[in-house]
Amino acid sequence: MPELSTLDRLEAESIHILREVAANFERPVLLYSVGKDSSVLLHLLLKAFAPAKPPMPMLHVDTTWKFREMIAFRDRRAAETGMDLIVHINPDGVRDGVGPFTHGASLHTEIMKTVALKQALDKYRFDAAIGGARRDEEKSRAKERVFSFRDAQHRWEPRRQRPELWNVYNTRVHTGESVRVFPLSNWTELDVWRYIAREHIPVVPLYFAAERPIVEHDGMLILRDDERMPLAAGEKVRMERVRFRTLGCYPLTGAVRSDATTLDAIIAEMRASRTTERQGRAIDHDPKSSMEAKKREGYF
Amino acid sequence: MSAPHTPDLLRFITCGSVDDGKSTLLGHLLYDAKLLRDDEMATLGDPPDFSRLLDGLALEREQGITIDVAYRYFSTATRDFIVADCPGHAQYTRNMATGASTASLALVLVDARKGVLTQTRRHSYICALLGIRRVVLAVNKMDVAGFEQKVFTAIEAEYRELAAKLGITDVTAIALSALEGDNLVARSPRMPWYRGPTLLEYLERVPVQHDATAAPMRLPVQWVNRSGQDFRGYAGTLASGKIAVGDAVVALPSARHTHVTHVFDGDRDIESASAGQAVTLTLADEIDIARGDVIAATHDAPEVADQFAAHILWMDEAPLLPGRLYFFQLGPASAIARVTAIRHRVDVDTQESLSATRLAMNEVGYVHLSLDHPIAFEPYVKNRVLGGFVLIDRQSFSTAACGTVDFALRRAGNIHWQALSVDRTTRAASMQQHPRCLWFTGLSGAGKSTIANQVEQRLHALGRHTYLLDGDNVRHGLNRDLGFTAEDRVENIRRVAEVARLMVDAGLIVLVSFISPFRDERRMARDLFGAGDFAEVFVDTPIELCEQRDPKGLYAKARAGELRNFTGVDSPYEPPLEPELHLHTEKESVDVLARRVVEFLER
Repeated sequence: MPELSTLDRLEAESIHILREVAANFERPVLLYSVGKDSSVLLHLLLKAFAPAKPPMPMLHVDTTWKFREMIAFRDRRAAETGMDLIVHINPDGVRDGVGPFTHGASLHTEIMKTVALKQALDKYRFDAAIGGARRDEEKSRAKERVFSFRDAQHRWEPRRQRPELWNVYNTRVHTGESVRVFPLSNWTELDVWRYIAREHIPVVPLYFAAERPIVEHDGMLILRDDERMPLAAGEKVRMERVRFRTLGCYPLTGAVRSDATTLDAIIAEMRASRTTERQGRAIDHDPKSSMEAKKREGYF
Repeated sequence: MSAPHTPDLLRFITCGSVDDGKSTLLGHLLYDAKLLRDDEMATLGDPPDFSRLLDGLALEREQGITIDVAYRYFSTATRDFIVADCPGHAQYTRNMATGASTASLALVLVDARKGVLTQTRRHSYICALLGIRRVVLAVNKMDVAGFEQKVFTAIEAEYRELAAKLGITDVTAIALSALEGDNLVARSPRMPWYRGPTLLEYLERVPVQHDATAAPMRLPVQWVNRSGQDFRGYAGTLASGKIAVGDAVVALPSARHTHVTHVFDGDRDIESASAGQAVTLTLADEIDIARGDVIAATHDAPEVADQFAAHILWMDEAPLLPGRLYFFQLGPASAIARVTAIRHRVDVDTQESLSATRLAMNEVGYVHLSLDHPIAFEPYVKNRVLGGFVLIDRQSFSTAACGTVDFALRRAGNIHWQALSVDRTTRAASMQQHPRCLWFTGLSGAGKSTIANQVEQRLHALGRHTYLLDGDNVRHGLNRDLGFTAEDRVENIRRVAEVARLMVDAGLIVLVSFISPFRDERRMARDLFGAGDFAEVFVDTPIELCEQRDPKGLYAKARAGELRNFTGVDSPYEPPLEPELHLHTEKESVDVLARRVVEFLER
C-alpha cells in the first residue's frame, strides 16, 4: 500500500473532525459561505456520512451584497446534494438599509455578517458551527484551536484556549456556550485547490478567469455586479479578464488579473503567487490585528 | 492531478527558551527558502524582524513573548511541512504540549552562549512524554559565540546525555545563526569545521516517521452510520494496521467476533484501507457496537481494562486531587475516571521523582487511574491513538490534563465480581424496604444531624432498618487520620460514601449527615449508587442563623482565626443545584421537615 499523501492525510483529519462534531453536539450546523473552502467542506461532510445524509443543516448568512453567481450556485448545490439550507439575513440591517457604500466596509460587515451570524446561531440554538477557516489565512487564525470555544456572547478568548491534544477534542460546553469548529485548519490555499481538482468539486465560476465588468476603486478591481454600486467621478466600467481568489461581498472583494480558466492554471498561478489571498479583502486592511479584534467580538 | 508526485508531510515543532530566537529562526528559514509572500514580507519591516511573522496575538506583540502555539505551513520541492511554533515559558507548557502531541520531530533551540538550560530540559521532557523520539538540536547564535567549534561540541555532548536519559534516540545537532542565516538554507563559510547538514537539508531528508501500518489493525468507532433499512456502518479513523474485505475482526470490549464485508471511503466501495484513513466498515454479523468501541484484528487484539498506570501532565488552574472524578476521553471512548493514587510527581526540570499529594498546573505525575467501565487501549509507546487521553473537569469542562497510558493495573477480563448467592435484592426483600442513601448536606449548625436523628427515630418506629453516619463521629474513628485540607476533604467523603454504599448493599437505609461543601464530592458520592438509591437533602439555613446558633462554638473560633478552612467562613460552601429535597429550616420546624423526609422515603 502506498504512503498516504498530504491530501489523503488532510482529508482524513477533516472527516474525523466532522464525525466528532456529529457525535458530540445536539445542534451542529455547517456554515456555508459559498466559497471554495465551503465547497470543500460540503464535499467532506457528504463523504464523512455517506451513504446517509449528513446529520446537520447548512447555514448561509447572506449580507444581500454577495455576487449573484454565488447565490445561484448556493441554491443549485443545496438542491443537488439534498442538504437542508437555512438562509439568514439580518432584518435590522435590511430595515436600516445597511450597505458598504452608505455605511462603510467595517460597519456593513459588522452588522450584516458578524451580528447576523450571532442572530442566526442564537435563533436556531446551534451549539457547534463548522466553518472553513484555515490557519494559513492570517496570524491570529494560526493560533486558533480546531474546536474553538465561544462564551455565551460568542466571544473568543485567545489567552484561555483549551489545550488540544492529538485528535482528541474536548467538545463539552455549558448551555448557551458554543464552539466554532475548523476542519480545514491545517489546509493551505494550495491544498484546497489541489483537492478540488482531485475530487472534481464544483466551485463558483467566479474563481476562473473571464471577461467581467470591472471598476478600479481604491486600488482594487471591483466587479460591478449590479446598479447599487455608484460610480465616482472618473470611474468607468471596462471589461477586464479577471478572476477571484476569495469571494465575499462584491463591493469589498478585489479581483486579480488572470488568464487562469482551468484548475490546473489556477494551481500553477497559486504556486507562482507572491501574495496571500486575504490581500483581496478590503475588510482585512483595517488597523493591525483587526482579525483578532473581530474574532473576540464574535466574527467567525 | 497537476503535480506528478504526491508529497509527504512532516509535522514538527520548534521549542526552546525565551530569547533563544525560535521565531527568528523560522522566519529567516522561510525567507531564505523564498517561501514568504510579498504582503507577509511587508509586515516584517526593514531590516526585516523575522520574529514578527509568527507572534500573532496582540498581547504577544505587546509583551514580546509567545503565549500560544502558532502553526505555519510551507512546502519545498520534496515535502510539505506543518510546523508548530511553541511557547517557551513554563506557564504555557500546556500550549507546548498541544503543539507536540501531533508532531513527529522537535527542533530544540539552544543559545550557544547559554547552553542547555532548565527550559531546554523541560521541553525535551515534554517532547519525550508525548512520544517524540527525534530531535534536531539547533545550537543558535553561533555568530556571537565566535563560531567556535568547542562551544558547539560541548553543548552537543551535554544534550546527548540528557536525550539518552529521556529516551530520545535520534539527535542531530546543527550549528547555526538564526539572525544571520548561517546553516539555515546555505552552508556557512564561517564554520568550515561543521560537516553536518544545513537545517533545510535535514528537514527535507529526514525520514518521516511512518504510521503504524505494520502494526495490528485497530479502528476506534466514532460514529455508527445507519442509512435506510439495511445499512449499518461503523465509521472511524484507522489508528493502525490495514483492513480489507473478508478480514476477521473482534469488537471490544464486547469481544464479539465477525468479519468485514465492505470498506467504504466516502461513498466509494474499496477493497482495503490503511492506518490514517477515515473509513466506514460494514460487518457480516449484527453485533452491538457503539461509539468508543474498538474494532480490531482478531488474531492480535488490544487489551481491555479499567485501571491504568499513566503519566499525566496537569493543565488546569485547579489542582488535581486524588479521589475526585473527571471525564476521561481516549479517542472516541469516554468514561468517568478517578485518580486513585499519585505514585510520584516528576520534576520536569530535573527528571527527579518526588512524592506528592496533589498536582498543580504544568506538573507531571505518574498516577493510577480507575475508570467506571472497561475500555480497549494500548500503551502509548505502542499506539498514540489508543494510549493518549485527556481528563476534563466535570464542572468547568476545562481540559484539565493530558495523559499517556503505561500499562493496565489489572485486566478487566480477569476480574469478576464474586457471584454471591445472597445479593442485595434478597437482603432488601427480607427487610421489606427499599435500601438507599440519604445525603444530608449543609453548613455547620444548619440542623443536619438534628433532622437526621428525627428521621431515623420515625423510620425506626415504622420498622425500617437504618443507620446514621455522622460527620463528627466518623472523624473520630474511620477518618481520624484526615485533616481539613481540600485533599483530605475529598478522601473523607470518598470513604464515607463507600461505607454508605456497602450498607445500602446490606439492605439498610443510610442517613449521612455531612457538611460536604463541594458539589464535585457529592456528585462523586452519588455516582457510587444506582439511580434512585441516592437522594441529596439540602438542609438550607442562612449562615447568619447558623452563626447565631453555633451549637459547638465553632463559628466563634473560626472568626477568631483559631480554626482554619472552616466552611462558610474561609472555605466555600457550594449549595446543591438540584437536591431531591430542599429543607428551609428558618421556615419550618424540625418535626415538619423530618416528616417530609419520611414521606419522601415512603412514597
